Amino acid sequence: METITLQHITKTYNKKTVLAVDDISFAVNKGEIFGLIGPDGAGKSSIFRILTTLLLPDSGTATVAGLDVVKDFKAIRGIVGYMPGRFSLYQDLTVEENLSFFATVFNTSIAENYELIKDIYVQLEPFKDRRAGKLSGGMKQKLALCCALIHKPEVLFLDEPTTGVDVISRKEFWDMLKRLKEQGITILVSTSYMDEATLCDRIGLILNGKLLSVASPADTIKAYPEQLFAVKSTSIYNLLLDLRVYAGTINCYTFGEYLHLSIKGKEEDAVQYLKDKGHKELRFKKIEPTVEDCFINLLKIENERDSHKDG
Amino acid sequence: MSETVIKTDKLTKRFGDFVAVDEITFEVSKGEIFGFLGANGAGKTTAMRMLCCLSVPTSGQATVAGYNVYKQPDEVKKNIGYMSQKFSLYDDLTVKENIMFYGGIYGLPTKVIKDKTEELIDKLGLHNEADKLVQSLPLGWKQKLSFSVAIVHQPKIVFLDEPTGGVDPSMRRQFWDLIYEAAHNGITIFVSTHYLDEAEYCNRVSIMVDGKIKALDTPEQLRKTYRASSIEEVFYKLAKGALRAE
Repeated sequence: METITLQHITKTYNKKTVLAVDDISFAVNKGEIFGLIGPDGAGKSSIFRILTTLLLPDSGTATVAGLDVVKDFKAIRGIVGYMPGRFSLYQDLTVEENLSFFATVFNTSIAENYELIKDIYVQLEPFKDRRAGKLSGGMKQKLALCCALIHKPEVLFLDEPTTGVDVISRKEFWDMLKRLKEQGITILVSTSYMDEATLCDRIGLILNGKLLSVASPADTIKAYPEQLFAVKSTSIYNLLLDLRVYAGTINCYTFGEYLHLSIKGKEEDAVQYLKDKGHKELRFKKIEPTVEDCFINLLKIENERDSHKDG
Repeated sequence: MSETVIKTDKLTKRFGDFVAVDEITFEVSKGEIFGFLGANGAGKTTAMRMLCCLSVPTSGQATVAGYNVYKQPDEVKKNIGYMSQKFSLYDDLTVKENIMFYGGIYGLPTKVIKDKTEELIDKLGLHNEADKLVQSLPLGWKQKLSFSVAIVHQPKIVFLDEPTGGVDPSMRRQFWDLIYEAAHNGITIFVSTHYLDEAEYCNRVSIMVDGKIKALDTPEQLRKTYRASSIEEVFYKLAKGALRAE
């Protein structure tokens, strides 16, 4: 069963001069964690705002839990939880006040749905009398999640919940999402961290308002068209410069301690080229691509298509 | 022996009872890319603010670009560049105006500012955007422009406080190309980031936990010491024991 559907959704701003969402269609199944992965400005937040009935699309239709985002906006607002990209709790209310405010707005109480937020809220409880504005990034994020959950929503919309948060808080946050999924909540989450993609059931890679691919992380990786290599030597910067001008290079970029490289022609020829260039302690090995490699590849295809259009 | 451009000795900052930065001691050499990592709340930003002379240390010593942070803050400021994701460029000035403004702030002569402005617009390929307001630029371009502006006066050191959040992976790498190039030209890079793959691009990396520097070494040596396959793993091992509820 599909809990969220989008059909040909388009959204423009500034008297149609800025195309934010370009004819996007996809669906999220019940109980699924679906990740919208893409950079700032890709159109992710516009999609969230349309689905949470805060913004009208120019054209296309969308449903949440079977309800139309335009006609049934009131009903949708009662059954979704939304954590916007910007921190939007009341800075001058305390942790506890914020939470009971949101519970009251939805005609419920903290006690009634405490089970759902218990795991997260226990970490906040020592600070329950602190004003929200005085919390650190990770704590704010936990409070925002509690507030989005307090009315026991069927669908949870999380717009870049982990931006600017360190790796440890990010890991904890994703553990929380997994537990919410187990309770049957459908989650649409956006992120610009590619490593979080593998924690989703399915992902949509989005750029410039367009969906480049929708698949499970494993299938996204399977669709990568070339053999990928990881390469390193004593001077990674010179290695990068040399490989950028190598005739057989399709793409080459930094990736942690290695460079990632795709080539046409033989592996041995590339290795010989680098040896001739005097690279020492050369390591050259076949690897499986990551979601980030897939994204970089799709970006490259998009850019080449655009430059063809221009030329 | 290469020249030392940052040197701290037991540098400390207290806010009341709270020790934000707790006796950190380290050195950074000229042309080095130095990664400054830590969880939210570990004390990174406070430490950076002391090195940039935006905050006076409670105790300890620090010299930046050869100048004492207590006695010669103006000299320090002239010899450093600073970029953070939160603030760098003026949205309501054009690309050109921003470059000229910063050139002026850093006291460059008018002729140099003019040449630099053209050089930067050329290098970043911003010809069509030169007279547009910065707010209309995509985030990735803004980041590249703010980095270039932060080094427009050829500082000895540039401090980058989480410079690359939110952009696509290929834009993030283009940004690092600029960093490599600047380091290659002798500018020392002092950078904090939440993208731990970027830590691997640094010559040396320090990891702060609860106000203290818990580890400082080359990425390779850190992986060896902590028997980890990546800096992310090293970071996780060190920082998960943090007491400070961030």
